[in-house]
Amino acid sequence: MKAKVYITLKSGVHDPQGEAVQGTLAHLGFDQVSHVRIGKYVELDLDAKSIDVAKNEVESMCERLLANPVIEQYRVEVIS
Amino acid sequence: MKFSIIQFPGSNCDADCHYVLTGLCQTKADYVWHGDSELPVTDAVVLPGGFAHGDYLRCGAMAARSPIMNAVIDFAKKGGLVIGICNGFQVLCESGLLPGTLVRNQNLQFICDDVALQVVNHSSRFTKLYQSQEAVSMPVAHGEGHYYIDEAGLKDLQANQQIIFTYTDNPNGSVADIAGIQNQSGNVLGMMPHPERAAETVLGGSDGIKLFQSILAGA
Repeated sequence: MKAKVYITLKSGVHDPQGEAVQGTLAHLGFDQVSHVRIGKYVELDLDAKSIDVAKNEVESMCERLLANPVIEQYRVEVIS
Repeated sequence: MKFSIIQFPGSNCDADCHYVLTGLCQTKADYVWHGDSELPVTDAVVLPGGFAHGDYLRCGAMAARSPIMNAVIDFAKKGGLVIGICNGFQVLCESGLLPGTLVRNQNLQFICDDVALQVVNHSSRFTKLYQSQEAVSMPVAHGEGHYYIDEAGLKDLQANQQIIFTYTDNPNGSVADIAGIQNQSGNVLGMMPHPERAAETVLGGSDGIKLFQSILAGA
């Protein structure tokens, strides 16, 4: 199975990287962009008995390593 | 007193800490590899600066899950003294021994400079030889030294006098100018500035040596 993990900053956590990218987009003429937030994307191949089991396992991985709950939230998708 | 200095792949201030402890402070210090699962008999643990595991994923994330960290967490929970400097502070936050976390500097730049600090709490086990509100100077060298904690967490830090050092002129955007904090029970310290790089006048300043001497004075 394949799992896709989207890790994003919680709202309220300042993202200077996103602001810098927004500034550069504006320099390129994309001044319609009002806000940029940058996150991480992780792809995992794993063995599991079912999609639900896989999702639970990957969520546990997020809690224990992949995301930092102080500043980040995550969303997991599993495809068989 | 005997110290254990943890070495992670990518640690680069381990030898500096060893030199300050054994050479300048005339105490004992062992290196301990991150893959070990037990600490030797020890009175204090140092998590040194560096870029453990290349700062991959998040700074300190992989190091905080090293086999040795289970032993360090047990040691800290039993009241053992632990000090994390720079990358070591990041590891302590990632391991849950200290609240909050360290994120990218506000200006996105790596900052390598001497900074002015204030000793906000001089009654801690790490700062008892400093004067109240003493102004000191120590070097920083970090890209991710911006201390972040939510408002409720900040109130707890303030209420329990856990803030030990603050920046006089905040270089990285840290919440409440925080440069160093301790845990609630006062036996775990994390700080971004490098006291071990400010331990001898000949190397530019000696304001950091009193931190190590404070620990030794309390033994």
